[in-house]
Amino acid sequence: MKGYERRTGQRLVALGLLGALAFNYPILGLFNRAVTVLGIPLLYAYIFAAWALLIAAMALVVERGRAK
Amino acid sequence: MLQGWVIVLTSIAYLGLLFGIAYYADQRADRGRSIIASPYIYSLSLAVYATAWTFYGSVGRAAVDGVGFLPIYLGPTLIIALWWVVMRKILRISKQHRITSLADFVASRYGKSALVGGVVTVIAVIGIVPYISLQLKAVSNSFVILLQYPEIVMPATVGAVPVLQDTAFWVASALAIFTILFGTRHLYAAEHHEGMVAAIAFESLVKLLAFLAVGVFVTFVVYDGFGDVFSRAAAERELAPMLTPIESVAGGYGSWVWLTILSMLAIMFLPRQFQVTVIENIDERHLNKAIWLFPLYMLAINVFVLPIAFGGRLHFPDGTVDADTFVLTIPMFERQELLTLLVFIGGLSAATGMVIVETIALSTMVCNDLVMPLLLRMRRLALAQRPDLTGLLLGIRRGAIVLILLLGYVYFRLAGEAYALVSIGLISFAAVAQFAPAVLGGIFWKSGTRRGALAGLAAGFGVWMYTLLLPALARSDWLPRSFLEAGPLGIELLRPLELFGLAGLDQITHAMIWSMMANAGAYVAVSLLDTQSAEEHRQASLFVDVFRRDGGGARLWRGTASAPDLHAVLARFLGAEAADAVFARYARAHGGTWPDPALEADADLVHAVETQLAAAIGAASARIMVAAVAKEEALTIDEARELLDEASQVVAYSHRLEQKSRELEQATRELKAANERLTELDRMKDDFISTVTHELRTPLTSIRAFAEILLDRPDLDADERQRFLGIITRETERLTRMINQVLDLAKLESGKAEWNVASVDLRQLIDDSVAATSQLFKEKGIALETDVAPELPLVAADHDRIMQVLLNLLSNAAKFCGRPDGRVRIAARVAGGDLRVDVADNGPGINPRDRETIFEKFRQVGDTLTAKPQGTGLGLPISRQIIEHFGGRIWVESAPGRGSTFSFTLPIGPPHAGRDRPTLAAA
Repeated sequence: MKGYERRTGQRLVALGLLGALAFNYPILGLFNRAVTVLGIPLLYAYIFAAWALLIAAMALVVERGRAK
Repeated sequence: MLQGWVIVLTSIAYLGLLFGIAYYADQRADRGRSIIASPYIYSLSLAVYATAWTFYGSVGRAAVDGVGFLPIYLGPTLIIALWWVVMRKILRISKQHRITSLADFVASRYGKSALVGGVVTVIAVIGIVPYISLQLKAVSNSFVILLQYPEIVMPATVGAVPVLQDTAFWVASALAIFTILFGTRHLYAAEHHEGMVAAIAFESLVKLLAFLAVGVFVTFVVYDGFGDVFSRAAAERELAPMLTPIESVAGGYGSWVWLTILSMLAIMFLPRQFQVTVIENIDERHLNKAIWLFPLYMLAINVFVLPIAFGGRLHFPDGTVDADTFVLTIPMFERQELLTLLVFIGGLSAATGMVIVETIALSTMVCNDLVMPLLLRMRRLALAQRPDLTGLLLGIRRGAIVLILLLGYVYFRLAGEAYALVSIGLISFAAVAQFAPAVLGGIFWKSGTRRGALAGLAAGFGVWMYTLLLPALARSDWLPRSFLEAGPLGIELLRPLELFGLAGLDQITHAMIWSMMANAGAYVAVSLLDTQSAEEHRQASLFVDVFRRDGGGARLWRGTASAPDLHAVLARFLGAEAADAVFARYARAHGGTWPDPALEADADLVHAVETQLAAAIGAASARIMVAAVAKEEALTIDEARELLDEASQVVAYSHRLEQKSRELEQATRELKAANERLTELDRMKDDFISTVTHELRTPLTSIRAFAEILLDRPDLDADERQRFLGIITRETERLTRMINQVLDLAKLESGKAEWNVASVDLRQLIDDSVAATSQLFKEKGIALETDVAPELPLVAADHDRIMQVLLNLLSNAAKFCGRPDGRVRIAARVAGGDLRVDVADNGPGINPRDRETIFEKFRQVGDTLTAKPQGTGLGLPISRQIIEHFGGRIWVESAPGRGSTFSFTLPIGPPHAGRDRPTLAAA
């Protein structure tokens, strides 16, 4: 149980740091251009997609770790 | 159908429904069958974060600068990943210390200081007031706009109407009554406000559904999907730049980053967030699911913000409609009455949810950490002697709720118009961010002191007032405008929006930079210069090491107290029944009964009473109450340290024990390995001896056999006799050679061999050895060719020993060479910093599995049963010893049927210390 807690904690912290990078300069700047994806401005599409992925990863870390 | 009375009735019916839910949940909780014991309800209750500001204001901000509103929701998503580490600790501490509010938490950490609790309370109340006024503004505006349906008219400027005709005033009053009914019907003490949490979770659902409904309507009904909204916006010259918006956001990336940080702190330290996340938490494990469910909620409620914002700008291009109202005005414009009403209810949910939780949290703080400590200190009131104080506590809390909402309304009248919703909210965010150093420092850093916390809070809050609150008042003309433009008393360096000349930042970033620097700086600096009192030291250890020890707080109390006195104190706040229960539980655990006047009031009992009290009135007040009835002997800091150290020493001892036993295991393992190695060596020695004896016996047997023949048969003819004697001589020579080699190998292996190291010219050496073996090759008819590079560097080696190796390899080659046209080739060259010698033959080759074994003693390739051994089996092992002694390598490359090549290398260069060490040893 202890090992699970520590491991999950570290994985979540890593995800948090990854998110902090993804939603900041300079990564964010790469998507800040006048291009559209399926009609949606690239920046908006990127932020929401990355956000959803981040949440999915967090869910995976929390829920899968517990099942073991 | 949207007449005034319909709207009012719907609102009242909705609030009634909420009340019903809360009532039902409370009933269920009383019967012990909680309906909120679920991670889903817990996650929804966290969504009280999304207020009217989110509901109306996000669109308002998005309509101005695109993604600029998103950091407010991205920040919490990022920080919540750290909650596993941070929030679980706060939760554990709060449960152990029965914390009742954020102020209580900070006060408890810094030595249960009433002053710290009071300061936190004041900051929270002042900081949150603008935020509450924002909710009032949102609800009253939406109501006023709705009343004009189907016209879309912006509400008149506040202040233009008298108070009694002002909708916001009536909204504030209604909310005050509702909150009082909701949160302070009876004293909850340690229990949770389960009814409130259930209602909040329901409201979170309602506001999400309402927002999604209007989002879907705008995006897919009014327009033709996301792509359509954005492409139409891109066609407008005014809106196009918002599609690559970050540079167009005020402050660019800097402001983006600071907003993210700000919201990270807000999600933890807003009093209402602390209330739902920590105080109302009934199971630590609920946090796990919330870690991803809550961000998911925020993602969902933000998906349609941008389409609505652009839709609004396209609908109302002339700017007469406030962007903060787009959520409401677009459905109105489209004549969707039901949807409009749903949106209004959603906004009402967002606002009431926030106001209820926030004011309950704040009123608990005001009561427990501000008013009660003051009242208890006034000896004239003799409060500690009153029989029942529950009524007083409820009265204070109700008063606080009314006062806070009144302040919110006053701020709304004073400053409400100067700012958009988002800006008002951010001012409050920046205020609660000031709690971060004291709380985070408090749970991870033991040396943070009470005075340090006070200094940090005061400094940070001071800067906040100066850079955010005063400018807000100045903009609303309650302070002279020159205060902003020219600085106080005309000192430009002190201009509140460009403090010390720090210009070019937006107001929030500017304020955050200065206030956080002042706050954290003062906290750390004063803490480092300060010394802690015993109580502070104790609490610091209990907080920081919460996962390492359980409870243990009682051990740090020394004094005398009477059990009936303690019981009386408890009964005053919890009622006699609850107090009896506590004492009975305690007596049972200590082998006694209650009531029993002889029950000894030891430190454990005092501690139990204080914790129970703290759950009702906060740590600081509980401390005062207990101190009034129990004569406590003050512990000195050294004593406290000793007591604490005792506990940590036990932990340290056990750590050390663990380590010792680990070391022991390690040693055992090593010993075992060494033993195995020794056994193996012993076995090898035995093998060696038996092999040597066996090998020696073979020539011996044949010598003896022939000698016996000669002895028994004196009549043997001379030729025969001569032949037998020849065999005996050869076998004797073989025996001598073998014994010499065994001795040689033994010497080499034990390091007792004598080495005469000198610079050796390998070219010369090869010529010599070829000459020495030429007779042998000639006899057997084998062609020997040499291929030695013309210039070979000198190597440091023993001339005779290397000669030995070369002769061995050459004679081996001769022995195993192919018949009839055998060919042996010896080559030498420089390869990769080493000198390399190859001896190749065209014999039958060596099996891959034998390539390593032939370098072992007495191993010869081939079937020893059928083939007569042609050597001693010691030549190659000796060669290997010699070559390795000089730092080289010897090996064989071969394939069956294609001959084999024996190679060795020697490092180039003069002899060095490491290599001729055995020489010194031998000398």
